[in-house]
Amino acid sequence: MAYLELNNIYKTYGQGEHETEVLSNINLSIEEGEFVAIVGFTGSGKTTLVNLINGLIEPTKGEVLFKGQPVQGTSHERGVIFQNYSLLPWLTVGQNVYMAVKEAFPKKSKKELNEIVANYVEMVSLTPAINKRPNELSGGMRQRVAVARALAMKPEMIIMDEPLGALDALTRGNLQDEILNIWGKDKRTALLITNDVDEGIYMADRIIPLRPGPNATLGPEFKIDIERPRDKTELNDNANFKETRNAIIEYLMDIGNERKSEAQEAFVLPELEPKSFVGRFK
Amino acid sequence: MKQSITLGKVTKFMGLGFLGTIKDLFTGKLEKEDLISFLRKVVVPFASILLFIGLWHMGSQSLYNIEAEFKIEKALEDQGPAAAEALRACIASGESGCQPNTLPSPSQVWASYQSLLRDHNIISADKAAFIEKTAVLNEKRIAEGKDPITYTGRPSFVDQIFRSLKTVFAGFLLALLIAVPLGIFIGLSPTLKSAFNWFIQIFKPVSPVVWYLLVFMIVKTLLIDSNEDSSFTISFISVGLCSMWATLVNTAMGVSSVDKDYINVAKVLKLGPFQKIFKVVLPSSLPLIFTGLKITLSVAWMVLIAIELLAQSPGLGLFVWEEFQNGANDSNAKIIVAMFVIGIIGFLLDRLMLTIQNWVSFDKTDAI
Repeated sequence: MAYLELNNIYKTYGQGEHETEVLSNINLSIEEGEFVAIVGFTGSGKTTLVNLINGLIEPTKGEVLFKGQPVQGTSHERGVIFQNYSLLPWLTVGQNVYMAVKEAFPKKSKKELNEIVANYVEMVSLTPAINKRPNELSGGMRQRVAVARALAMKPEMIIMDEPLGALDALTRGNLQDEILNIWGKDKRTALLITNDVDEGIYMADRIIPLRPGPNATLGPEFKIDIERPRDKTELNDNANFKETRNAIIEYLMDIGNERKSEAQEAFVLPELEPKSFVGRFK
Repeated sequence: MKQSITLGKVTKFMGLGFLGTIKDLFTGKLEKEDLISFLRKVVVPFASILLFIGLWHMGSQSLYNIEAEFKIEKALEDQGPAAAEALRACIASGESGCQPNTLPSPSQVWASYQSLLRDHNIISADKAAFIEKTAVLNEKRIAEGKDPITYTGRPSFVDQIFRSLKTVFAGFLLALLIAVPLGIFIGLSPTLKSAFNWFIQIFKPVSPVVWYLLVFMIVKTLLIDSNEDSSFTISFISVGLCSMWATLVNTAMGVSSVDKDYINVAKVLKLGPFQKIFKVVLPSSLPLIFTGLKITLSVAWMVLIAIELLAQSPGLGLFVWEEFQNGANDSNAKIIVAMFVIGIIGFLLDRLMLTIQNWVSFDKTDAI
């Protein structure tokens, strides 16, 4: 039995005529300790998929099984790193992490909780900024706080929704390594949603493209057989890497072209006479 | 990095940044580039104040002349030329009995202000003497279980100001205690929102006078057995009810429009309902709540004058009304003094709220 299973998931928004199917027939299974990346265009329903898995929304049809149990609401077992950091701006870095830790371990004493906070803030090397508020930090630092907050709750599974999307290339690379380091330490299950194929190949064991919505569905999976730890600079010369990368990009390009050809359908405007307003305001 | 607190920062924080510029001028720290900003921030306001006083002076002079001519004309018609000449001489001599009653000039207002201060000094000296005189007797009375004798003389202008401030703060506190919790509940529950919506829409535009009458009807009956003067109770409750709407609406709006990201965080962290309200919903709606409170305080101060006047509750409103009824020679000038005092205190109250808002708000951008 898989660790996380999505069976025939459909998700629609709206009702009646305005009903649009965002996700259709999504099937996915992730094994324990695996690092899976889902790659897709923007607007293809990635965030909807993430929210289904972390329990913020419920599928219209189908079921999400986590360790064999249907997902009902959010859980501390599944930590989430949001796309836009979602730190509470009125709390300092330490307080943001502390709030999460306190909810996750309600029985621990204040001293123990503070130790956990200090450890995780140290892990993302933000100890000097522990008393700063999010708006005093750079984007990369904020995302590191979000990482620390999600991990400090010691979730069994980490769900990342384009966590590095808004960062510059250098910060991005550093944070990728940091996340991999943390993941490698105790081999938690991880699901990464991204729009960057290279990021997916560098970090994940498996890459699954999400065909763009509406009616988004998962494409065929690509296994990444590159040994860890992976070296970014060497990766560029790795034949396996090149092959996989080209295959995925080709696949995505094909989808893109398909979409384009669909979009090239001409829309004929109805022949309408402009209304005359003459004499209306007399 | 530790930030030191300087005078400049404090004044800027309170929205009184221009004080810093004046300080720079006297300490010679002003750079040439600052000259334009100095002109704009210090010279222009001063010039406009002088212009205002000048226009006021000229306006009051011309009103004075119109009124004087009218009086003389009337005397001429009613009593003949001799009486008219006598009146003209009387007005020119500045005797208080025959002065035209119109808009007072700035110098008259200044003189009234000083006479009000003198009056205050006399009354407080009187009061201190009275307390000293009755101290021994009062101790005895308290020992015997009787009420002590208190000073019942006329309140001075400064006493009236403090009475008004007391009423306005009591009313503001009442508004705060009703509107903020109610606003939170309305904001959190769509059911409560539709239950209260008609209530808010209908009662929000009701005039202070009507609120006063409503409160009067209720409080009068409730305190029917008590011999206490209920005017203070009535006026502060009316002030609170009049002014609470801005806070109520703003709080409800702030609470119901919390950023969805923050709500998602609360869900993912599995915060309990109390934690969710106090750690996420309230801090995030604090700026809007404070905007509401600021409006509430200024509305409270504005309606206070009218309500005190109606309720005969001691304070600036009653002062204005009594001076108007009094019709003495310097009454008009005293009313204008009260007007300025009311305006300046209103401005200071607004700054006070702004300071508190900057203090508690996470969003440190300048609020206006």
